[in-house]
Amino acid sequence: MAPKKEPAKTNVSKDDLLHYYREMLLIRRFEEKAGQLYGMGLIGGFCHLYIGQEAVVVGLEACAKPGDKRLTSYRDHGHMLACGMDANGVMAELTGRSGGYSKGKGGSMHMFSKERHFYGGHGIVGAQVPLGAGLAFADKYLGNDNVTFAYFGDGAANQGQVYETYNMAELWNLPVVFVIENNQYAMGTSVKRSTKSTTLFGRGLAYGIQGEAVDGMDVLAVKAAGEKAVAACRAGEGPCILEMMTYRYRGHSMSDPAKYRTREEVEKMKTEKDAIEHVRDLLLGAGLASDEELKAIDKDIKEIVNASAEFAKDSPEPDLSELWTDIYA
Amino acid sequence: MAIEILMPALSPTMEEGTLAKWLVKEGDKVKSGQIMAEIETDKATMEFEAVDEGIIGKLLVAEGTAGVKVNTAIAVLVQEGESADAAPAPVAAKAAPVAAVAAAPVAAPVAVVSKASADWPEGTKMKTMTVREALREAMAEEMRADPTVFLMGEEVGEYQGAYKISQGLLDEFGPKRVVDTPITEHGFTGIAVGASWGGLRPIVEFMTWNFAMQAIDHIINSAAKTNYMSGGQMGAPMVFRGTNGAAARVGAQHSQDYAAWYSAIPGLKVVMPYSAADAKGLLKTAIRDNNPVIFLENEIMYGHSFEVPDLPDFTIPFGKARIWREGTDVTIVSFGIGMRYALEAADLLAKDGISAEVVDLRTLRPLDYDTVLASVMKTNRCVTVEEGFPVGSIGNHLSAVIMERAFDYLDAPVINCTGKDVPMPYAANLEKHALLTTAEVVAAVKSVCYR
Repeated sequence: MAPKKEPAKTNVSKDDLLHYYREMLLIRRFEEKAGQLYGMGLIGGFCHLYIGQEAVVVGLEACAKPGDKRLTSYRDHGHMLACGMDANGVMAELTGRSGGYSKGKGGSMHMFSKERHFYGGHGIVGAQVPLGAGLAFADKYLGNDNVTFAYFGDGAANQGQVYETYNMAELWNLPVVFVIENNQYAMGTSVKRSTKSTTLFGRGLAYGIQGEAVDGMDVLAVKAAGEKAVAACRAGEGPCILEMMTYRYRGHSMSDPAKYRTREEVEKMKTEKDAIEHVRDLLLGAGLASDEELKAIDKDIKEIVNASAEFAKDSPEPDLSELWTDIYA
Repeated sequence: MAIEILMPALSPTMEEGTLAKWLVKEGDKVKSGQIMAEIETDKATMEFEAVDEGIIGKLLVAEGTAGVKVNTAIAVLVQEGESADAAPAPVAAKAAPVAAVAAAPVAAPVAVVSKASADWPEGTKMKTMTVREALREAMAEEMRADPTVFLMGEEVGEYQGAYKISQGLLDEFGPKRVVDTPITEHGFTGIAVGASWGGLRPIVEFMTWNFAMQAIDHIINSAAKTNYMSGGQMGAPMVFRGTNGAAARVGAQHSQDYAAWYSAIPGLKVVMPYSAADAKGLLKTAIRDNNPVIFLENEIMYGHSFEVPDLPDFTIPFGKARIWREGTDVTIVSFGIGMRYALEAADLLAKDGISAEVVDLRTLRPLDYDTVLASVMKTNRCVTVEEGFPVGSIGNHLSAVIMERAFDYLDAPVINCTGKDVPMPYAANLEKHALLTTAEVVAAVKSVCYR
């Protein structure tokens, strides 16, 4: 891995940097709290944490405008927070309470917000890729300039439906950005153990789709790549692929024995490449923010997250009558 | 030696066709592979090539002739110096290898015997149309009415539909709304579900439901479950439609009936019409429904004609069975192509003095339990009829419901007539036995009537 980024290489504003810092920190603290609640038995089933990958979604959300859509896999909490969904509603869904985004009926992997244009939360690996292209199909059909971000992992990148979708997305010139969050492990299987074609973005070239690999631990690099991709989509130039090189600090889910990688590897990423530390260094190094300012943000985030945990504990379980509602629209 | 050229069978279910155009005339020399005629089937217009070389001695069927049966002699091919009159005697009797096996469709419109569940006002002007035309009209009307409705699938556009259901739609609505897809069911079904979330109302045509097994994850996990998983925020307002069940001689991978499979899934609605009026009225309802609707058609039924109400905007609600024939001795419950066996059996049974009430479920989810139970409570006997596999069939489910809710009314156990518990064989005689037969329905009814 490359050494730490040099500070302040772009003309990004102080406000933007503070915003990214805040958003990434919110995701991290939220996820840490979710892990804690899982340990307390308040969250059940599957719980996939996004810690380590925060720069990807925060950098790309910085390129989105109202009306743009996004959807992702089951590792979805970060995407929801980044697109403006309320931390209380997300956390209460994790605890299966009526105050959750799906009234407690979806859970960690199945949350949606039509209002914020977040279309899930998908538990079947790769399914969100054609679904995302379908959202883009609708926008193109309706004649607006919205863009869809379809996020998926390096594991999903081996699913057949991804390539069926590449083919049609390019054929029909759909405004969709395929975001491969390459965190290097599909559950416990490293990219190298699942394919000899390890340049995942390059697979789009067979269908005529341009792509690039991006340092997904650097929110500014993510944003720069995202802006290019989104501009191309809005200009009617069709889909593109961004392979975000990133890393998940935690296990695949809460029940991950972590036998497939070394502790040293994880520590090295944390100390050398951490996305939040990177922005923090940029802010402090360039004198754009003081330690006190950042501490105030830390405190603020902590309060939001603690409040969401309280809300998620206090929100009642769904009424039993909810079992029989929402089966049909 | 003169050779008779016979009307060819150009599809698995073709029994007759129109000799649309001769491309050769008497006296022309033809080479093998040369296109001699254009023949129109109910699915497509096909070019008919010469097999043997020779001279066209005589054209026996004029161009434009409709209803030319498969294996009818349509021309005589002679060799140099030969007379057309030297043709051998017609061979029709020993031929007929293809079509005879598929249960022959009755061309005449089927009349509605009962008014018990009429879906249109009495005195409504009726018109005769095929199931194919009814489906096409339903889609065209809904596409005219709502610009967010679009059709997507393999060969729906330029090819005019593998089974001609979408014929003409590309011309009227253009490629934006009649979307030809590559052969990637998994992918395009996912795209269609996403499009339904994005504000459109997709109609996905599967060339056959067998191919939809590649896409079943999106039908169930993405379309059927999302309204629930999102706490009611977003459903998938869309229709999945195409041919279902056995056609004729197409083998195990193209012959499965999926009625029971999809009916098992909460979040889906499942429709399986029999008549053209139901096909039209129910498809229009399906397109307007805000939920994913599984619409199961049958290739053999496409060419069948029925009376359809001549109304500008005619729909049939889901969850309402139709009593096709009132009776007192036994209730026969069926749906889709199964209705052919049910109605044929009822006719035969009437001759033996058994009065059968025939109920067409029409929609399998929601299912009109009340009509079935009321009928069984009246007749005290029930036989279910469907072409699908026997284990976990719709009939199994109905038997359980009848047992729970009408046990004391039953004078005999319910019998489920189904397809056999085997993959569909290709051999003509085996296929015939793998499918349901009218004789089996008659025997089942006699059994529950202790006759």
